[in-house]
Amino acid sequence: MTSAVKETGRDKLFLICNYIYVFLAFIIVAYPVIYMISASISDPKLVGSGEMWLWPKGITFEGYQRVFQNASIWTGYGNTILYTVVGTAVNLFVTLPAAYALSRKDFVGRNFFMGMFMVTMFFGGGLVPSYLLVKELGMIDSMWAIVIPSAASIWNIIVSRTFFQSSIPKELQEAAQIDGCTNMRLFIKIILPLSMPIIAVMALFYGVGNWNSYFSALIYLNDAAKYPLQLVLRQILVLQEMSAQGGAGMDASTASALNNKAEIAALVKYAVIIVATAPIIAIYPFLQRYFVQGVMIGSVKG
Amino acid sequence: MQEAKGIVTGSLLPEPDTAKNRVWKRVVQNWELYLFIAPAFFYFLIFSYGPMYGIQIAFKNFIPTKGIFGSPWVGVDHFVRFFNSYYFWDLLWNTLSISLYELAIGFPIPIILALAFNELKGGLFKRMAQTVTYAPHFISVVVMAGMIITFLSPSTGIVTHFIEWLGFDSPDFLTDPQWFKTMYVFSGVWQSAGWGTIIYLAALSGVDPGLHEAAIIDGASRFQRVRHINIPTLIPTMTILLILNMGSLLGVGFEKILLLQNSLNMESSDVISTFVYRSGLVDAQYSFSTAIGLFNSVINAIVLVVVNQIVRRTNENSLW
Repeated sequence: MTSAVKETGRDKLFLICNYIYVFLAFIIVAYPVIYMISASISDPKLVGSGEMWLWPKGITFEGYQRVFQNASIWTGYGNTILYTVVGTAVNLFVTLPAAYALSRKDFVGRNFFMGMFMVTMFFGGGLVPSYLLVKELGMIDSMWAIVIPSAASIWNIIVSRTFFQSSIPKELQEAAQIDGCTNMRLFIKIILPLSMPIIAVMALFYGVGNWNSYFSALIYLNDAAKYPLQLVLRQILVLQEMSAQGGAGMDASTASALNNKAEIAALVKYAVIIVATAPIIAIYPFLQRYFVQGVMIGSVKG
Repeated sequence: MQEAKGIVTGSLLPEPDTAKNRVWKRVVQNWELYLFIAPAFFYFLIFSYGPMYGIQIAFKNFIPTKGIFGSPWVGVDHFVRFFNSYYFWDLLWNTLSISLYELAIGFPIPIILALAFNELKGGLFKRMAQTVTYAPHFISVVVMAGMIITFLSPSTGIVTHFIEWLGFDSPDFLTDPQWFKTMYVFSGVWQSAGWGTIIYLAALSGVDPGLHEAAIIDGASRFQRVRHINIPTLIPTMTILLILNMGSLLGVGFEKILLLQNSLNMESSDVISTFVYRSGLVDAQYSFSTAIGLFNSVINAIVLVVVNQIVRRTNENSLW
C-alpha cells in the first residue's frame, strides 16, 4: 500500500513537469504570433523601443491603411488567388485519377508507374535543367510556369492511393463492374463522392503549398505585375524595399512619408505579415482535423 | 470480379486461357485506368525525367544556341573546377553542418513533444496546445524570414530588447556569421516541431492499452511506462524518418537560407544549393552549376542507400 502511495506522488510530479513543459512550448509558439498582432496595431515608437511587448499600446491602424493603399499588395493578392485556384485544380486533376488507378490491384503496370514516380522522390535533374526545360517550353513569365512544373507531388499521390485502398470497400467496385459500370463512371459517380475527406485533405495541402510558394515565381517570373503575394512580401519584408524606394506601384507622396518615418515601415511589415497570413490562419482551426488526417493516412504505409 | 468476367467470356468463347492472355484481357478491360494515370505519367516524364536528360550539360559546355544535345562535350572539367575551387570545402562544410545541427535539434524535439502531449488528459488545454503548436507549419517561408528579420533587428527587434533587458549585450544575429546556423535551426524548430508530433501521436494512439494496464499493476510509474512502452513504440517511425532525413543531408531547406542570406553572413550561410542558384540562374553558368547540382543529388542518393542498408542490417524497419 505504502509503495502505491509513493508511486502516485512520483506520478504527480511527473505530470506537473509535463504540464509545465507543454505550457512552455505553447507560450514559445504563441508569443511571437500575439506580439505580431499587437505590434501591427500599436504605436511604432513604442514597438521599436520595446515598451510594447505583449498587448497593443497606442493603438493605430496606420499600418493596415498603408498596406491597403499599396497597389502591388493588391495585385499580388489577386495573382496569388488566381495561381492558388488554378494550381490546386490542376493538382487535383493530376493526383486523384492517378492515385485511384494505382490503388487498383488489377491495374496492369501499377508497379511500373509507381516505381517510375517514386524514383523522382530521391533523384532529380536539379535546378538548372528544370529551368532550361521551362524556358524551352516557353512558359517563362506566364502563370503556367507556376502551375505546371509543380502539378503533382509523389507524396500526395501515395497518400491518396492509401486512402482509396483502405477506405473504399472492394465489394463496391466489384459490384459496380459486374453491373457493367465503366471505370470512368465508377470513378466519377461512386469513388469520388465517397472520397470527400481525401479530396478536402489534398485540396488543403496543395492549396496551402500554392499560397505560400515563392521560389518558382522568383525564378520564372520577370514581370512585377504577375508577382504573387509572397514575392511582393519578399520585397517588403526581406529586401526592405518599401521604406527605401517606396516599393513598386506606390505613389510618391506615400513613399516620401514612409521615408520620413522608418518606424512606419516597421509597422507596415507587421501589418503585411498579418494580412498575408490571415486567410490561412483563419481557416486553419476549422480544417485542422483534415490536415491531421492527411498526415495520418500518409503515415499508415509509406 | 475480373476473374469472374473472364470465366464468363471464357465459357462462351473457348480460347486458350494462357497467363499472357489473361494479362492482356485485364489491360483491355481497364483501359480507362491508363487514361487516369496519363496526366501524372506525362507530368513526371516531362518535368522530372526531362530535367534528368538535361543533366548531360554538366559534362558539356552549354551554349544556348546549340541546345542541350548540340553543345560540345568537356568531360568532367566542371567537376574538377568545382572540387579545386577555394569555396568547395566551405560550401560542403556549411551544408553538412547546418543539416546535422538541424537533425540534432530538430529530430528529437517533436518526439519529446509528442510523448508529452500523449501524457496530457484530453481537454481544452491539450486541444489548444496542439492547435497552437501546429499552426506555424502554415506560415510561408517568406513570412517566416520576415519575422526573423524583424524580431532580431539590432535596433528595434523584440529579441534584442529582451536580451538587453536581461542585462547582456545582444549580438547582431542577422549579420554575425557565428549566429546564422543557430538562427536557422531554431526558427525551423519553432515552425515545425508541433506539426512533426502528428506522425508520432498517430503511432502512440496504436499502443495496446493492455500493456499500460499490466505495467500499472506491476507498479510501473508514469515515467517508466513512457520509457519502456511509449518510446519503443515510436522506434519504427523514428527509423523511417531518420533515413529520409539522412537522404536529404545535402538538401537543406534552401528557400529559407536564400532569404536570410546577406553579404555579411555569407561565410557561414552559403550552402551548395544557394550556390547552385546563384551561379546557375543569376550568373548564368548553366553547365557549371548543373555539375554542382548533380554532385549534390548523387551524394544524397548514395547516403540514402547506405543508411538504408545499415538500418536493414540492424533491424527490419528500413525503407525498402
